[in-house]
Amino acid sequence: MKTTTTVLAAALLACGWLPGQTPASPKVITITARRFAYSPPEVRLKQGETVTLVLKSADVTHGMLCRALKIDSDIPPGQETRVTVTPLKAGDFTAICNHFCGPGHGNMKMKFIVE
Amino acid sequence: MGKSIDRRAFLKLAGTGLGAGALYQVGAAAGADSRGLALTELLGRQNGERVTPFSFVQFSDTHVGFEGPPDPLGTRAFEQAVETVNALPRQPDLVLFTGDLTHDSEKEGEALARMRRFQEIAGRLKVKNLKFVPGEHDAGLDGGMLYRTVFGATHYAFDHRGVHFIALDNVSQGKPVLGPEQLAWLRKDLARFARSAPIVVFTHRPLFDLKPEWEWYTGDGDEVMNLLAPFDNVTVLYGHIHRQHDFQDGHARHLAARSLIFAFPDPALTDDKKPLPFDRSAPFRNLGIRRIDLALQGQRPVLGVDEVELTSREFAGTVGIQQILKGAESL
Repeated sequence: MKTTTTVLAAALLACGWLPGQTPASPKVITITARRFAYSPPEVRLKQGETVTLVLKSADVTHGMLCRALKIDSDIPPGQETRVTVTPLKAGDFTAICNHFCGPGHGNMKMKFIVE
Repeated sequence: MGKSIDRRAFLKLAGTGLGAGALYQVGAAAGADSRGLALTELLGRQNGERVTPFSFVQFSDTHVGFEGPPDPLGTRAFEQAVETVNALPRQPDLVLFTGDLTHDSEKEGEALARMRRFQEIAGRLKVKNLKFVPGEHDAGLDGGMLYRTVFGATHYAFDHRGVHFIALDNVSQGKPVLGPEQLAWLRKDLARFARSAPIVVFTHRPLFDLKPEWEWYTGDGDEVMNLLAPFDNVTVLYGHIHRQHDFQDGHARHLAARSLIFAFPDPALTDDKKPLPFDRSAPFRNLGIRRIDLALQGQRPVLGVDEVELTSREFAGTVGIQQILKGAESL
């Protein structure tokens, strides 16, 4: 147990953590889906940095699919859907709505820009 | 029974000029000579019913109710396709519709009106054995409730002249999936068949990752194909992508039919999922036909795909339809 604690503390110190501080929580980014667009339409992420996406719907059930970021979630209205993402590769990645939501569904998309 | 017979030779898919997807001719090659006859007899013993030659047609993505742009012609291509099939000298046994029969509408009563309009046009076919699966525009908004009241079950199976047909629903849950319940049903349905049973699956979305960024995939499509993997002879017919596509995956062949409303571009050439523009000089461009013929390379049967562009006399001043009918008669 002592060994585990020592290793953990060493790892936190290596990340810049100082005794007395609590480890930083992942950055939270809220994305709202509304027929037939996401707001914001573009989100910038950093390679290797973990973020929490809070997905909300302002009307009907939507979805979000982005294979490159391992996102495949329904977004029902009236609740928050949380997805944790750690981009491993830089680039522009399109996310689409993959829950049919009406006539403009086929082009409902947004972009993640990983730098 | 000679060991050299390739069981996959038995299912011949021969497309013709229909402007309506494709006409598939089953079994003709297998019964054409003594090797073929021996093969069909073997399959008949193994599968319970001997295959006898027949043909069928695939229609897809008629989108009744959709109004342009990009296609201001509404149901004209669909109606033309019906007339074309009716004019065939040898009528197909059945017609499969692979989804998006109608375009969705949330106006009260309009979705039902569009389904009735679809039925009225489809009902003009001389062939009365019509089989349907829904597309997301038919069943994605209400979980398929209205579709079921008009067309019946969204997934089912039937046998026809020794071929097992399976209709799969990968749209009515909103997402591109079949779901565990339908997968369990499929597993049970397949359990009674020998490996050699010829199987035709028809569904709306592709069962493989064709272009996930354009929603051209089925989330649990791999599970479907794993269930079908033991079978020697599997053909998957689908629509959704509004363009012809041919993909061989192991023993299974996946074939997409063109739409009867508008076409999408080749995703290998653009990231922009935007319908191809309407061209008044060639109004049915890319809503054309697919001809598929079986050829033999040594002992191995090979399917040849030949695309013929459909044109309209009324809008383009050509005799394209007549040319296509002439081609169909030569089969």
